[in-house]
Amino acid sequence: MAAGNMEKGELMSQVKQQIALANAQEMLSKMTEKCFKKCIQKPGKALDNTEQRCISQCMDRFMDAWNLVSRTYGNRLQREQYRSMQAVDMTN
Amino acid sequence: MSDFENLSGNDKELQDFLMIEKQKAQVNAQIHEFNEICWEKCIGKPSTKLDHATETCLSNCVDRFIDTSLLITQRFAQMLQKRGGSGDL
Repeated sequence: MAAGNMEKGELMSQVKQQIALANAQEMLSKMTEKCFKKCIQKPGKALDNTEQRCISQCMDRFMDAWNLVSRTYGNRLQREQYRSMQAVDMTN
Repeated sequence: MSDFENLSGNDKELQDFLMIEKQKAQVNAQIHEFNEICWEKCIGKPSTKLDHATETCLSNCVDRFIDTSLLITQRFAQMLQKRGGSGDL
């Protein structure tokens, strides 16, 4: 994959796509693991209605949790940045 | 990623882009890790929405985990200083 053969914009776009795909795969993998644990106690011959409903709710709660964790982390990063900027101000 | 690093050697725009995408990916990986840990701590039986107690738990969990990480880093550095590089750990 020589850079000369590919537009830089195309390369950048491919990198973004691959990263997004990897993130989605991680998300699905974790979601499946967590929701199987929560919802399937005694594996039967098929997924019954209770289990299917549980999985569906679990998926939604997983995304809710992910978004909340993401927001909390983002806020924390901002606070730490602000704090370190203040520390620099105090030394001036 | 090393192929990209060779390619981008002369190209500032590409270098900056790759650095930013790498940082974004690291933040995302961190969020996945927090979610992994805090889901186990805070989520009981999944229901129709996250109740207030669960939301508080998740939020506190992230902050306390970061606090723990910072504290351990600090004290570990102190431990290393005290031992004065005696070689054995």
